[in-house]
Amino acid sequence: MTAVLTRVGLALGLPVVLVAVWWFASAGSTDFFFPPLRTIVEVFGPTWFGERLVDDVLPSLGRLAAGYAAALVLGVGLGVLIGSNRWVRAVTEPVLEFLRAIPPPVLVPVLMLVAGIGNGMKILVIISGCVWPILLNTVAGVRAVDGVLEDTCRTYRIRGTLRWRHLVLRSASPQIVTGARQALSVGIILMVISEMFAASSGLGFTVIQFKDGFQIPEMWSGVILLGLLGVLLSMLFRVVEHQVLSWYHGSRTAQKER
Amino acid sequence: MLTVDGLGKVYASHGRRVEAIGDLSFEVETGSFVCIVGPSGCGKTTLLRCCAGLLPPTSGTVTLSGSPVTGPPEGLAVVFQEYGRSLFPWLRVADNVDLPLRAAGVDRAERRRLVDEALDAVGLGDAHRAYPWQLSGGMQQRVAIARAIAYQPRVLLMDEPFAAVDAQTRADLEDLVRSVWQRLGVTLVFVTHDIDEAVYLGQRVIMLTSSPTRVAEDLTIDLPDERDQLTTRGDPRFTELRGRVYAQIQKAKLEGKAR
Amino acid sequence: MNALLGLAGLLGFGLLLEVAPRVGLVPERYFPPTSTILGELAGQVGERAFWVAVGDTVLTWLLGLAIAVALGVVVGVAIGSVPLVRAATSSTIEFLRPIPSVALIPLVVVLHGSTITSTLILVVYAAFWQVLVQVLHGVADIDPVARDTARSYRLDRWARVRYLTWPTALPYVVTGVRLAATVALILTITGELVIGSPGLGQLIATARQSGAVPAMYALIVVTGVFGVLANVVTRAAERRALHWHPSMRAEVPA
Repeated sequence: MTAVLTRVGLALGLPVVLVAVWWFASAGSTDFFFPPLRTIVEVFGPTWFGERLVDDVLPSLGRLAAGYAAALVLGVGLGVLIGSNRWVRAVTEPVLEFLRAIPPPVLVPVLMLVAGIGNGMKILVIISGCVWPILLNTVAGVRAVDGVLEDTCRTYRIRGTLRWRHLVLRSASPQIVTGARQALSVGIILMVISEMFAASSGLGFTVIQFKDGFQIPEMWSGVILLGLLGVLLSMLFRVVEHQVLSWYHGSRTAQKER
Repeated sequence: MLTVDGLGKVYASHGRRVEAIGDLSFEVETGSFVCIVGPSGCGKTTLLRCCAGLLPPTSGTVTLSGSPVTGPPEGLAVVFQEYGRSLFPWLRVADNVDLPLRAAGVDRAERRRLVDEALDAVGLGDAHRAYPWQLSGGMQQRVAIARAIAYQPRVLLMDEPFAAVDAQTRADLEDLVRSVWQRLGVTLVFVTHDIDEAVYLGQRVIMLTSSPTRVAEDLTIDLPDERDQLTTRGDPRFTELRGRVYAQIQKAKLEGKAR
Repeated sequence: MNALLGLAGLLGFGLLLEVAPRVGLVPERYFPPTSTILGELAGQVGERAFWVAVGDTVLTWLLGLAIAVALGVVVGVAIGSVPLVRAATSSTIEFLRPIPSVALIPLVVVLHGSTITSTLILVVYAAFWQVLVQVLHGVADIDPVARDTARSYRLDRWARVRYLTWPTALPYVVTGVRLAATVALILTITGELVIGSPGLGQLIATARQSGAVPAMYALIVVTGVFGVLANVVTRAAERRALHWHPSMRAEVPA
């Protein structure tokens, strides 16, 4: 019982202290750029839980979800194709390494040119930024399929779809998840800046509008909202990862104990 | 009948040629239990992989029931030494046993029956829902054996399956393999480096030389069919046969060093 | 052999992007052929403005990276060496880390305008976490037997950090630097693009506004080259730092 209390105390202690320090240190603030935390919290609700939730926040998240999902399908699909053929791998590797090395935000101006400034452009930007980490990690994962398991599948004549599902994709899944995690943070960055660059709605657009209009407490609330979304999405990711990779973490722990 | 005729295997990499198997010929009667022993590093695993159709030989042929082995043939199962790596860590025990049956297109009810029977036969009737890595090494190898049993192969190849388990578990697993063989009437080729194990298990023991590997001697084990750890290993005939195999392996090692 | 195939792949990719617009598969206005882009690149290389921008970008990038690494190592070793501090800060770190650094853009612009300082803050914030997390892993990885040995020989705290903590954590630090270098480049370009601080990103934004499409692509190629360089250099450094580590030894083919 005390052990649980200690853990809760350690987990909550510092965050509570930090928020309290911010709260009281900013309480009497007259600095225009650093409004009291109290004011920021007060404007948070009215700013984000009204029309803006439906008009800005949800569309942004929808575009992120659509782009991210498409990147996952595309990245894993192409990654499996490339990873399972030695020749294709050798030919495409430098090209992929180059495309991956391009900082994804520069794709915003390019895709604006090609696809305008609508939803399509923003989703395309998210796809084309998120796909590389997923693709390259999938390639690496598919390459690393265990030889003994490969032999097992061959002797027991496990082929076709069964082999893809139960051998290739599952073997590569720890790497795919690593790629997907990197892609998620890239995706959030791209969601925000594609809206900062050219948009008439969305989270990134609204926050920039507050900035331009010198609505400083509202701007701060936007910054906090973006932060909370980042934290929330990464927590969600962990839950999914826990489900998908429970066998992996379990077998790793079992190996260490032997 | 499994026939190995003039088998040779040369590994070539970076301009170096390593002759793993020189020239191997032997036959294994349908339904018999043959053990293959040899000094360590003599190409036993290479031989087994050629028999399983996992590795193309450089020269010679492997024939199973009259048809040449060019890839993994139907009705052949392998139990690998690395039990930790031959089971799918993301599948539960029952699903590991089930997967080859799904690939073979066996219907659901029949699969269920075969999986239950096989796991019962290896003494893991209560481990259906466990993951392989939650089990001990010996139990993992039992799962691999159960998978082979459920598959109902005509030929079962085992590659040093008990090299990595402790001595007591090993004795249990040896008796398990004997009983599986007697019940299924499967042709069993068992590769090992343990002389006692070879003599205790097999109807025949084929001894190999160091690489490049050849057959040093093909010995019939005339021990009674009913064997158990206590009486069989106490039998003077067992000691005699064991001594003979031991001498042959020692000779092979010395010749190997002299080369 | 693989290098040849890879080169063939690169050439093929360039050729595809040359031919596709020429035969009208994609509109040439938006997808200039490879030769046009390379020609534009050659033209840029001759201009002073280009090199000034490259200098600004590299300065922001490396300066940000250096600050992030220094901060990450110091904070990481300090937190990691004291179990209680580590336990007390872990939830805060887990919370602050996933906050997207682009969320800070409006804030830094309001405070510092379109300056390098603004971009630098973004870069440091994003890269810092990459280093910190790796250093924390590294410090936690110290072999308990080695730790007990150090204690039994009565090494003082400083000597323990110098001869035990640091060598164990070093490979992790290098991995952290590799991850941070990529993130730092992304945020450098982002800052220049969105905030308008001087550098390649700003040139790209200007090229887009003035409709100089080939110039835009040429500059993007340059950012890609920087990205590749960062990867190659840091991976090589990682291999050197890790040469003694079991995971590296295992990779040597038997």
